[in-house]
Amino acid sequence: MTSAIWMFLAFVAGTLGITIWAAKRNTGASAYFAAGRSITGWQNGLAVAGDYMSAASFLGISGMIALYGYDGFMYSVGWLVAYLTVLLVVAEPLRNAGKYTMADLLAYRLSARPVRAMASLSTITVSTFYMVAQMIGAGTLVKLLLKDLPWISTEAAIIGVGVLMVVYVVFGGMLATTWVQIIKAMLLMTGTFFLSWLVMKHFQFSFGAFFEAITNLQYNDPKTGVELTRNFLDPGMKFGDLATGGFGKWDLISLGLALLFGTAGLPHILVRFYTVPDAKTARISVVWAMVIIGTFYLLTTFLGFGAATILRPHNIPTDNMAAPQLAAELGGPLFFAFISAVAFATILAVVAGLTISASASFAHDFYSNVLHHGKEHNPESEVRVARITAFVVGGVSIFLAIQLQGVNVAFLVGLAFAVAASANLPVIVLSIFWRRFSTVGAVCGLGVGLLASMVLILLSPSIMGIDGPEVLAAKRHLIQMQPIFPLNNPGILSIPIGFLAAILGSLLRPEPNAEAMFTELQVRAHTGLGAEKATSH
Amino acid sequence: MTPTSSPEYDWESLSKAPEYQSLLRSKTKFIIPASIFFVVYYFSLLVLVGWWPELMKVRVVSVLNLAYLFAVSEFLMAWGIALIYVRKAAEWDRQAASVIAHLTSNSAEVAPR
Repeated sequence: MTSAIWMFLAFVAGTLGITIWAAKRNTGASAYFAAGRSITGWQNGLAVAGDYMSAASFLGISGMIALYGYDGFMYSVGWLVAYLTVLLVVAEPLRNAGKYTMADLLAYRLSARPVRAMASLSTITVSTFYMVAQMIGAGTLVKLLLKDLPWISTEAAIIGVGVLMVVYVVFGGMLATTWVQIIKAMLLMTGTFFLSWLVMKHFQFSFGAFFEAITNLQYNDPKTGVELTRNFLDPGMKFGDLATGGFGKWDLISLGLALLFGTAGLPHILVRFYTVPDAKTARISVVWAMVIIGTFYLLTTFLGFGAATILRPHNIPTDNMAAPQLAAELGGPLFFAFISAVAFATILAVVAGLTISASASFAHDFYSNVLHHGKEHNPESEVRVARITAFVVGGVSIFLAIQLQGVNVAFLVGLAFAVAASANLPVIVLSIFWRRFSTVGAVCGLGVGLLASMVLILLSPSIMGIDGPEVLAAKRHLIQMQPIFPLNNPGILSIPIGFLAAILGSLLRPEPNAEAMFTELQVRAHTGLGAEKATSH
Repeated sequence: MTPTSSPEYDWESLSKAPEYQSLLRSKTKFIIPASIFFVVYYFSLLVLVGWWPELMKVRVVSVLNLAYLFAVSEFLMAWGIALIYVRKAAEWDRQAASVIAHLTSNSAEVAPR
């Protein structure tokens, strides 16, 4: 078990080395916030993949497939297809018209202060929810993986992850954060390939035997212990009518909408496109990311169904542990240690990416442009404020993660995606494509989208529900009432609300100045004329 | 504070240039149908799985059912569209470069102001 700690320490040592190297090169705001726009296409592709493939995908989806079969694989599909929205709609205009944050695109032709204030609020909200989810995941993981090392508590793991992410971001800036993502993505792919290879080796490299085993899986029902034979390739175990009483298929659609529209609104993904020299490289990096992410999610077939067939569902106590458990079964303690270390590295990297996007938004949007009217624009003080913000963000998320330890992690990630899809994406799309979009529209879209998704989640079965007395304190619902909104994911309702608010706001308060600027934004977005250039070192 | 136009280029007359207009048309002609296609393709999987699960359980190739094959086809669809987009975009890059080149050759008339 200690080998897991050694491997994790090796990763930490390596990334801290990179941080020292990056710190020496961090001169000026463009270097700190956008890695000097010097990242190449394949590097940024790996970094986007590293930012995106969180613990939720590696541990969560493998576990979901292991326990719910085909319905778990539905997640894998959505997480890749979502990148088409990024590629076709968002990446290039964003790179061409912005500087450091998503709000740059909005502020291009709208009143800077109200728009940046709201965009900053929604960016920090999305990042914080996502980050707290990752850190709770880190704590749970440590408890499960290192149960024979009682001196490492959940709290210690959360604090450790929090402190490390602050170090990367404060000293290394975007350059260090990017390289942490790249290394993590490589480790994750190596681990996934090797685990898939071990699964196929188990079946003597016969795909026929593998799929035969999936379609004819004998196990004991984890709840009742009754012996069952099921086809794990058949849909319905998670979203089907029998499992959910009819709402599951609507939840599936709602989840699909949140993924398809939320990914292109995630602030830590969007900032990655400012780290490359131009829109063409941004495009190439999305394609690289799609190759890596797609390969990874295709391989969840082997990870998830492999765990189902080799371990069998009744032997998997918690769904998040399916992949590490499979690694232990097939590859022995050393490979288990490697996969566990990869899982930690995954969490650490994603958390660092979130921290830098949140602190960049606060420093660039709120401090410089809202508080200081963008007038006394001083890159040095912007970087200093971002560093202080990273400390604050780190402290707040350590505190929240320790307080919210019992909360369902999937709900927090779902909330992040729902807010990104309902608040951020409508205003990004309308800003690029709709001439009449106005400041009032942007503020309404961001505010109402944020509010609608948060309220609907509070009213959903993730938060509301009546538990019997046998349910453990950590698993109880926060509000002991029948849920008012029947779906776990609010996207199906909150995304249209976000779009509607942005459109109505614009129609009610037209803005001739913003309309006049539309042509300029459009020419810039499509030709790259006047876009931010790479700084030379 | 309201935004002001960047003075370095004459965006209005640039936007009326025929090279720019044809770039815009060519982009719209691909991006809108492609986006509609992938959204419809993606949600048809979710709708079929949600509302017609029995149909999706039908085995097509040995033990592989329609549900799994359709899901795998989503990956190929996403990669395929990305590939076509990159090819098209190479053409748009050339068009955008010619818009900018046109601008600099006529710099006396259109830019800088």
